[in-house]
Amino acid sequence: MEIEITAEEREAIKTTVAEALEKNSYRRDRLLPILQEVQGRLGYLPREAMEQIASSLKIPEVDVYSVATFYNQFRLNPPGEHQIKVCMGTACHMAGGHIIMDSFARRLNIKEGETTPDRKFSLERVACVGCCALAPVVVVNENVEGKVRPTRVDGILMALGKEIGKKNEEEKR
Amino acid sequence: MSRQVTITIDGQQVTAAEGDKLLWVALDHGIYIPHLCGIREKEHPDASCRLCFVEVEGLPNPVTSCTLPVKEGMVVRTRSERVDRLVRTAFELLLSNHRLSCAKCGKNGRCELQKIAQERGLKLKLTRMRSLLVEKPVDDSPEKFYYDPNRCVLCGRCVWADREKAKIGAIGFVRRGMDRRVAAFWEQPLADSPCIECLACVEACPVGALVAKEMKE
Ligand code: SF4
Ligand code: SF4
Ligand code: FES
Repeated sequence: MEIEITAEEREAIKTTVAEALEKNSYRRDRLLPILQEVQGRLGYLPREAMEQIASSLKIPEVDVYSVATFYNQFRLNPPGEHQIKVCMGTACHMAGGHIIMDSFARRLNIKEGETTPDRKFSLERVACVGCCALAPVVVVNENVEGKVRPTRVDGILMALGKEIGKKNEEEKR
Repeated sequence: MSRQVTITIDGQQVTAAEGDKLLWVALDHGIYIPHLCGIREKEHPDASCRLCFVEVEGLPNPVTSCTLPVKEGMVVRTRSERVDRLVRTAFELLLSNHRLSCAKCGKNGRCELQKIAQERGLKLKLTRMRSLLVEKPVDDSPEKFYYDPNRCVLCGRCVWADREKAKIGAIGFVRRGMDRRVAAFWEQPLADSPCIECLACVEACPVGALVAKEMKE
Protein backbone atom coordinates (compact mmCIF):
# COMPACT_ATOMS: atom_id res chain seq x y z
CA MET A 1 0.00 0.00 0.00
CA GLU A 2 1.50 3.33 -1.01
CA ILE A 3 1.29 6.17 1.46
CA GLU A 4 0.62 9.57 -0.09
CA ILE A 5 3.15 12.23 0.70
CA THR A 6 2.57 15.97 0.62
CA ALA A 7 4.56 18.53 -1.35
CA GLU A 8 6.02 19.75 1.92
CA GLU A 9 7.20 16.28 2.83
CA ARG A 10 8.68 15.91 -0.60
CA GLU A 11 10.77 19.03 -0.01
CA ALA A 12 11.87 17.78 3.39
CA ILE A 13 12.93 14.46 1.88
CA LYS A 14 14.97 16.22 -0.78
CA THR A 15 16.90 18.44 1.59
CA THR A 16 17.41 15.70 4.18
CA VAL A 17 18.83 13.33 1.60
CA ALA A 18 21.01 16.02 0.07
CA GLU A 19 22.47 16.81 3.48
CA ALA A 20 23.02 13.16 4.35
CA LEU A 21 24.84 12.64 1.05
CA GLU A 22 26.93 15.75 1.54
CA LYS A 23 27.86 14.74 5.06
CA ASN A 24 29.10 11.39 3.74
CA SER A 25 30.97 12.91 0.78
CA TYR A 26 28.75 11.08 -1.75
CA ARG A 27 30.66 7.89 -1.06
CA ARG A 28 29.11 4.62 -2.14
CA ASP A 29 30.76 2.76 0.71
CA ARG A 30 28.88 5.11 3.05
CA LEU A 31 25.47 3.90 1.85
CA LEU A 32 24.59 2.45 5.25
CA PRO A 33 25.35 5.61 7.27
CA ILE A 34 23.50 7.64 4.63
CA LEU A 35 20.40 5.48 5.03
CA GLN A 36 20.70 5.65 8.82
CA GLU A 37 20.94 9.41 8.74
CA VAL A 38 17.89 9.73 6.49
CA GLN A 39 15.81 7.37 8.57
CA GLY A 40 17.00 9.02 11.78
CA ARG A 41 15.64 12.34 10.58
CA LEU A 42 12.53 11.28 8.65
CA GLY A 43 11.56 8.26 10.73
CA TYR A 44 11.61 6.02 7.67
CA LEU A 45 13.10 5.58 4.20
CA PRO A 46 10.69 6.95 1.62
CA ARG A 47 10.83 5.65 -1.90
CA GLU A 48 11.77 9.13 -3.17
CA ALA A 49 14.75 9.19 -0.80
CA MET A 50 16.07 5.88 -2.12
CA GLU A 51 15.69 7.06 -5.71
CA GLN A 52 17.58 10.24 -4.94
CA ILE A 53 20.36 8.37 -3.14
CA ALA A 54 20.75 5.91 -6.02
CA SER A 55 20.97 8.58 -8.68
CA SER A 56 23.39 10.72 -6.65
CA LEU A 57 25.68 7.77 -5.92
CA LYS A 58 25.25 6.45 -9.47
CA ILE A 59 24.24 2.98 -8.33
CA PRO A 60 21.16 0.95 -9.34
CA GLU A 61 18.04 1.85 -7.33
CA VAL A 62 17.54 -1.81 -6.53
CA ASP A 63 20.88 -1.86 -4.68
CA VAL A 64 19.64 0.77 -2.26
CA TYR A 65 16.38 -1.12 -1.84
CA SER A 66 18.32 -4.33 -1.33
CA VAL A 67 20.24 -2.90 1.63
CA ALA A 68 17.16 -1.17 3.05
CA THR A 69 15.17 -4.42 3.06
CA PHE A 70 18.01 -6.56 4.39
CA TYR A 71 18.34 -4.84 7.76
CA ASN A 72 15.39 -4.96 10.15
CA GLN A 73 16.48 -1.55 11.42
CA PHE A 74 15.10 0.17 8.33
CA ARG A 75 11.45 0.87 7.71
CA LEU A 76 9.91 1.72 4.37
CA ASN A 77 6.75 3.32 5.71
CA PRO A 78 6.23 6.32 7.99
CA PRO A 79 5.64 5.37 11.62
CA GLY A 80 1.95 5.62 12.45
CA GLU A 81 0.51 7.86 15.13
CA HIS A 82 0.08 4.62 17.06
CA GLN A 83 2.82 2.06 16.63
CA ILE A 84 1.94 -1.56 17.14
CA LYS A 85 4.89 -3.88 17.58
CA VAL A 86 4.18 -7.57 17.71
CA CYS A 87 6.92 -9.62 19.33
CA MET A 88 8.22 -12.49 17.23
CA GLY A 89 10.94 -13.63 19.60
CA THR A 90 11.23 -17.34 20.30
CA ALA A 91 8.81 -17.45 23.23
CA CYS A 92 6.20 -15.27 21.53
CA HIS A 93 6.59 -17.21 18.32
CA MET A 94 5.89 -20.43 20.20
CA ALA A 95 2.92 -18.82 21.93
CA GLY A 96 1.36 -17.88 18.59
CA GLY A 97 2.77 -14.40 17.96
CA HIS A 98 2.11 -14.79 14.25
CA ILE A 99 -1.60 -15.32 14.93
CA ILE A 100 -1.66 -12.02 16.81
CA MET A 101 0.20 -10.40 13.94
CA ASP A 102 -2.35 -11.76 11.48
CA SER A 103 -5.21 -10.47 13.60
CA PHE A 104 -3.82 -6.94 13.65
CA ALA A 105 -3.00 -7.10 9.95
CA ARG A 106 -6.52 -8.17 9.09
CA ARG A 107 -8.14 -5.58 11.32
CA LEU A 108 -5.99 -2.72 10.06
CA ASN A 109 -6.08 -4.03 6.51
CA ILE A 110 -2.31 -3.63 6.11
CA LYS A 111 0.58 -6.04 6.03
CA GLU A 112 3.40 -6.35 8.51
CA GLY A 113 5.76 -3.40 8.04
CA GLU A 114 3.05 -1.16 6.63
CA THR A 115 1.18 1.93 7.79
CA THR A 116 -2.53 2.64 7.31
CA PRO A 117 -3.21 5.26 4.61
CA ASP A 118 -4.49 7.71 7.24
CA ARG A 119 -1.17 7.13 9.11
CA LYS A 120 -3.02 6.35 12.32
CA PHE A 121 -1.49 2.90 12.77
CA SER A 122 1.71 1.17 11.80
CA LEU A 123 2.35 -2.51 12.32
CA GLU A 124 5.73 -4.13 12.72
CA ARG A 125 7.47 -7.12 14.19
CA VAL A 126 10.09 -6.91 16.88
CA ALA A 127 12.45 -9.59 18.12
CA CYS A 128 12.08 -10.21 21.84
CA VAL A 129 11.16 -7.29 24.07
CA GLY A 130 12.45 -9.07 27.15
CA CYS A 131 9.33 -10.22 28.99
CA CYS A 132 8.93 -13.72 27.63
CA ALA A 133 6.83 -14.84 30.60
CA LEU A 134 4.05 -12.67 29.19
CA ALA A 135 4.18 -14.21 25.72
CA PRO A 136 2.68 -13.45 23.29
CA VAL A 137 3.58 -9.80 23.79
CA VAL A 138 2.54 -6.71 21.86
CA VAL A 139 4.05 -3.29 22.46
CA VAL A 140 1.51 -0.58 21.73
CA ASN A 141 3.22 2.78 21.59
CA GLU A 142 5.33 2.37 24.73
CA ASN A 143 2.98 0.09 26.67
CA VAL A 144 3.50 -3.64 26.97
CA GLU A 145 0.43 -5.83 26.52
CA GLY A 146 0.99 -9.38 27.74
CA LYS A 147 -0.70 -12.68 27.00
CA VAL A 148 -2.50 -11.18 24.07
CA ARG A 149 -5.27 -13.25 22.51
CA PRO A 150 -6.81 -12.55 19.10
CA THR A 151 -9.99 -11.55 20.94
CA ARG A 152 -8.07 -8.70 22.64
CA VAL A 153 -6.99 -7.15 19.35
CA ASP A 154 -10.21 -5.22 18.75
CA GLY A 155 -10.15 -3.90 22.31
CA ILE A 156 -6.59 -2.64 21.94
CA LEU A 157 -7.40 -0.90 18.68
CA MET A 158 -10.64 0.59 19.97
CA ALA A 159 -8.81 2.08 22.95
CA LEU A 160 -6.61 3.84 20.42
CA GLY A 161 -9.61 5.30 18.66
CA LYS A 162 -10.18 2.86 15.84
CA GLU A 163 -13.80 2.51 14.84
CA ILE A 164 -14.33 -1.20 14.74
CA GLY A 165 -18.12 -1.35 14.39
CA LYS A 166 -18.19 0.04 10.89
CA LYS A 167 -15.56 -2.36 9.72
CA ASN A 168 -17.57 -5.26 11.08
CA GLU A 169 -20.62 -4.25 9.09
CA GLU A 170 -18.56 -4.11 5.94
CA GLU A 171 -17.10 -7.51 6.56
CA LYS A 172 -20.46 -9.14 7.17
CA ARG A 173 -21.72 -7.83 3.86
CA MET B 1 49.74 -17.92 -19.94
CA SER B 2 49.48 -19.82 -16.75
CA ARG B 3 51.23 -23.11 -16.27
CA GLN B 4 49.50 -26.36 -17.27
CA VAL B 5 49.05 -28.88 -14.51
CA THR B 6 47.92 -32.47 -14.44
CA ILE B 7 45.38 -33.60 -11.89
CA THR B 8 43.37 -36.77 -11.33
CA ILE B 9 39.59 -36.71 -11.07
CA ASP B 10 37.88 -40.04 -10.36
CA GLY B 11 40.94 -41.87 -11.66
CA GLN B 12 41.00 -39.90 -14.89
CA GLN B 13 44.05 -37.75 -15.68
CA VAL B 14 43.21 -34.28 -16.95
CA THR B 15 45.30 -31.23 -17.74
CA ALA B 16 44.23 -27.73 -16.88
CA ALA B 17 45.60 -24.24 -16.35
CA GLU B 18 46.98 -23.87 -12.85
CA GLY B 19 44.63 -21.94 -10.60
CA ASP B 20 41.47 -22.63 -12.58
CA LYS B 21 38.62 -23.68 -10.33
CA LEU B 22 38.15 -27.41 -10.11
CA LEU B 23 34.41 -27.31 -10.85
CA TRP B 24 34.93 -25.92 -14.36
CA VAL B 25 37.92 -28.13 -15.08
CA ALA B 26 35.83 -31.20 -14.26
CA LEU B 27 32.81 -30.03 -16.27
CA ASP B 28 35.06 -29.21 -19.27
CA HIS B 29 36.28 -32.80 -19.18
CA GLY B 30 32.81 -34.27 -19.08
CA ILE B 31 32.89 -35.06 -15.37
CA TYR B 32 29.69 -33.85 -13.77
CA ILE B 33 29.63 -32.12 -10.39
CA PRO B 34 26.32 -30.66 -9.20
CA HIS B 35 26.33 -26.86 -9.13
CA LEU B 36 23.87 -23.98 -9.19
CA CYS B 37 25.49 -20.79 -7.95
CA GLY B 38 28.86 -21.20 -9.67
CA ILE B 39 29.80 -18.57 -12.27
CA ARG B 40 32.90 -19.33 -14.26
CA GLU B 41 33.95 -15.72 -14.76
CA LYS B 42 33.59 -14.77 -11.13
CA GLU B 43 36.89 -14.61 -9.31
CA HIS B 44 35.43 -14.96 -5.83
CA PRO B 45 32.49 -17.38 -6.04
CA ASP B 46 29.62 -17.06 -3.58
CA ALA B 47 29.71 -20.80 -2.90
CA SER B 48 26.20 -20.55 -1.54
CA CYS B 49 24.40 -23.55 -3.03
CA ARG B 50 26.65 -26.11 -1.29
CA LEU B 51 26.15 -28.69 -4.01
CA CYS B 52 29.59 -28.91 -5.60
CA PHE B 53 31.43 -30.75 -2.83
CA VAL B 54 34.29 -33.12 -3.66
CA GLU B 55 36.94 -35.04 -1.72
CA VAL B 56 40.55 -34.00 -2.25
CA GLU B 57 43.39 -36.23 -1.14
CA GLY B 58 45.22 -34.64 1.77
CA LEU B 59 42.29 -32.45 2.83
CA PRO B 60 40.42 -33.62 5.93
CA ASN B 61 36.93 -32.58 4.82
CA PRO B 62 34.98 -32.28 1.57
CA VAL B 63 35.45 -28.92 -0.14
CA THR B 64 33.39 -26.88 -2.62
CA SER B 65 34.94 -27.38 -6.04
CA CYS B 66 33.80 -23.98 -7.34
CA THR B 67 36.22 -22.28 -4.97
CA LEU B 68 39.13 -24.71 -5.27
CA PRO B 69 42.05 -23.72 -7.55
CA VAL B 70 43.68 -26.77 -9.16
CA LYS B 71 47.29 -27.58 -8.32
CA GLU B 72 49.78 -29.99 -9.88
CA GLY B 73 49.19 -33.55 -8.75
CA MET B 74 45.84 -32.93 -7.08
CA VAL B 75 43.81 -36.12 -6.62
CA VAL B 76 40.04 -35.63 -6.53
CA ARG B 77 37.05 -37.89 -5.99
CA THR B 78 33.66 -36.45 -6.93
CA ARG B 79 31.76 -39.04 -4.89
CA SER B 80 32.08 -40.41 -1.38
CA GLU B 81 29.66 -41.18 1.38
CA ARG B 82 30.31 -37.80 2.98
CA VAL B 83 29.95 -35.89 -0.28
CA ASP B 84 26.74 -37.69 -1.13
CA ARG B 85 25.29 -36.91 2.26
CA LEU B 86 26.15 -33.20 2.02
CA VAL B 87 24.70 -32.96 -1.48
CA ARG B 88 21.57 -34.87 -0.55
CA THR B 89 20.85 -32.52 2.35
CA ALA B 90 21.61 -29.31 0.45
CA PHE B 91 19.43 -30.53 -2.40
CA GLU B 92 16.49 -31.32 -0.19
CA LEU B 93 16.84 -27.95 1.56
CA LEU B 94 16.53 -26.27 -1.83
CA LEU B 95 13.44 -28.31 -2.63
CA SER B 96 11.85 -27.45 0.71
CA ASN B 97 10.79 -24.05 -0.57
CA HIS B 98 10.41 -24.91 -4.21
CA ARG B 99 7.18 -25.29 -6.12
CA LEU B 100 7.72 -28.84 -7.30
CA SER B 101 5.50 -29.44 -10.26
CA CYS B 102 7.84 -30.20 -13.13
CA ALA B 103 5.05 -31.13 -15.53
CA LYS B 104 3.71 -27.60 -15.34
CA CYS B 105 7.13 -25.90 -15.34
CA GLY B 106 8.54 -23.96 -18.27
CA LYS B 107 11.97 -25.52 -17.80
CA ASN B 108 10.83 -29.14 -17.60
CA GLY B 109 13.56 -31.19 -19.28
CA ARG B 110 16.09 -28.34 -19.26
CA CYS B 111 16.29 -27.84 -15.51
CA GLU B 112 19.50 -28.12 -13.51
CA LEU B 113 17.65 -29.49 -10.49
CA GLN B 114 16.31 -32.32 -12.62
CA LYS B 115 19.81 -32.91 -13.93
CA ILE B 116 21.29 -33.08 -10.43
CA ALA B 117 18.54 -35.47 -9.34
CA GLN B 118 19.21 -37.70 -12.30
CA GLU B 119 23.01 -37.64 -12.00
CA ARG B 120 23.02 -38.31 -8.27
CA GLY B 121 20.02 -40.60 -8.03
CA LEU B 122 18.12 -38.10 -5.86
CA LYS B 123 14.37 -37.73 -5.68
CA LEU B 124 12.63 -34.55 -6.82
CA LYS B 125 10.44 -34.60 -3.76
CA LEU B 126 10.71 -34.07 -0.04
CA THR B 127 11.40 -37.15 2.02
CA ARG B 128 12.84 -35.94 5.32
CA MET B 129 11.76 -32.30 5.35
CA ARG B 130 8.41 -30.62 5.14
CA SER B 131 7.65 -27.93 2.60
CA LEU B 132 8.08 -24.35 3.76
CA LEU B 133 6.95 -22.88 0.48
CA VAL B 134 4.87 -19.73 0.84
CA GLU B 135 3.36 -19.07 -2.58
CA LYS B 136 4.41 -15.72 -3.98
CA PRO B 137 2.90 -14.09 -7.06
CA VAL B 138 4.54 -14.67 -10.44
CA ASP B 139 5.72 -11.52 -12.24
CA ASP B 140 4.26 -11.86 -15.69
CA SER B 141 4.75 -8.21 -16.66
CA PRO B 142 7.66 -8.45 -19.15
CA GLU B 143 6.76 -9.13 -22.73
CA LYS B 144 9.36 -11.83 -23.33
CA PHE B 145 9.69 -13.70 -20.03
CA TYR B 146 8.26 -14.22 -16.56
CA TYR B 147 9.70 -14.57 -13.08
CA ASP B 148 8.35 -17.24 -10.76
CA PRO B 149 9.88 -16.66 -7.29
CA ASN B 150 8.46 -19.99 -6.13
CA ARG B 151 10.94 -21.81 -8.31
CA CYS B 152 13.93 -19.55 -7.65
CA VAL B 153 16.93 -21.18 -5.96
CA LEU B 154 18.59 -17.82 -5.21
CA CYS B 155 21.72 -18.80 -7.09
CA GLY B 156 22.43 -15.21 -8.14
CA ARG B 157 23.24 -16.00 -11.75
CA CYS B 158 20.59 -13.64 -13.10
CA VAL B 159 21.79 -10.74 -10.99
CA TRP B 160 25.32 -11.33 -12.20
CA ALA B 161 24.17 -11.43 -15.84
CA ASP B 162 22.15 -8.25 -15.36
CA ARG B 163 25.21 -6.44 -13.98
CA GLU B 164 28.10 -7.94 -15.89
CA LYS B 165 26.60 -8.89 -19.24
CA ALA B 166 23.66 -6.56 -19.77
CA LYS B 167 25.22 -3.83 -17.59
CA ILE B 168 21.80 -2.56 -16.53
CA GLY B 169 21.21 -2.99 -12.80
CA ALA B 170 17.51 -3.73 -13.01
CA ILE B 171 17.40 -6.61 -10.55
CA GLY B 172 18.98 -7.60 -7.26
CA PHE B 173 18.37 -9.61 -4.13
CA VAL B 174 15.91 -8.06 -1.72
CA ARG B 175 14.73 -8.82 1.84
CA ARG B 176 16.26 -11.60 3.84
CA GLY B 177 15.74 -15.05 5.27
CA MET B 178 12.69 -16.89 3.99
CA ASP B 179 11.53 -13.70 2.27
CA ARG B 180 14.64 -13.32 0.16
CA ARG B 181 13.94 -13.07 -3.54
CA VAL B 182 15.11 -11.52 -6.75
CA ALA B 183 13.29 -8.29 -7.54
CA ALA B 184 13.44 -4.86 -9.08
CA PHE B 185 13.49 -1.63 -7.08
CA TRP B 186 10.54 -1.37 -4.67
CA GLU B 187 9.54 -4.85 -5.88
CA GLN B 188 7.70 -3.19 -8.70
CA PRO B 189 6.85 -5.29 -11.77
CA LEU B 190 9.89 -5.86 -13.98
CA ALA B 191 8.11 -4.08 -16.82
CA ASP B 192 8.28 -0.86 -14.75
CA SER B 193 11.98 -1.34 -13.96
CA PRO B 194 15.01 -0.35 -16.07
CA CYS B 195 14.94 -3.91 -17.53
CA ILE B 196 15.46 -3.87 -21.31
CA GLU B 197 14.34 -7.49 -21.81
CA CYS B 198 17.65 -8.56 -23.29
CA LEU B 199 17.08 -12.01 -21.73
CA ALA B 200 20.63 -12.27 -20.37
CA CYS B 201 19.19 -13.20 -16.96
CA VAL B 202 16.79 -15.70 -18.49
CA GLU B 203 19.66 -17.48 -20.21
CA ALA B 204 21.58 -17.55 -16.94
CA CYS B 205 18.78 -19.07 -14.86
CA PRO B 206 19.34 -22.79 -14.26
CA VAL B 207 15.77 -23.54 -13.16
CA GLY B 208 12.18 -22.61 -13.89
CA ALA B 209 12.30 -19.19 -12.22
CA LEU B 210 13.15 -16.95 -15.16
CA VAL B 211 11.58 -18.41 -18.25
CA ALA B 212 11.18 -17.07 -21.78
CA LYS B 213 7.60 -16.88 -22.97
CA GLU B 214 6.64 -18.87 -26.01
CA MET B 215 6.73 -16.34 -28.82
CA LYS B 216 3.81 -16.26 -31.16
CA GLU B 217 4.44 -15.40 -34.79
S1 SF4 C 1 12.47 -25.68 -11.73
FE1 SF4 C 1 13.09 -27.76 -12.27
S2 SF4 C 1 12.66 -28.97 -10.42
FE2 SF4 C 1 11.53 -27.05 -10.25
S3 SF4 C 1 9.50 -27.53 -11.04
FE3 SF4 C 1 10.74 -26.67 -12.75
S4 SF4 C 1 11.59 -28.49 -13.76
FE4 SF4 C 1 10.90 -29.15 -11.73
S1 SF4 D 1 15.88 -16.31 -10.89
FE1 SF4 D 1 17.06 -18.09 -11.61
S2 SF4 D 1 19.13 -17.25 -11.94
FE2 SF4 D 1 18.05 -15.79 -10.65
S3 SF4 D 1 18.59 -16.35 -8.56
FE3 SF4 D 1 16.63 -17.37 -9.06
S4 SF4 D 1 17.22 -19.38 -9.79
FE4 SF4 D 1 19.07 -18.12 -9.87
S1 FES E 1 28.57 -24.16 -7.25
FE1 FES E 1 29.90 -24.37 -5.58
S2 FES E 1 28.71 -23.85 -3.87
FE2 FES E 1 27.34 -23.50 -5.57
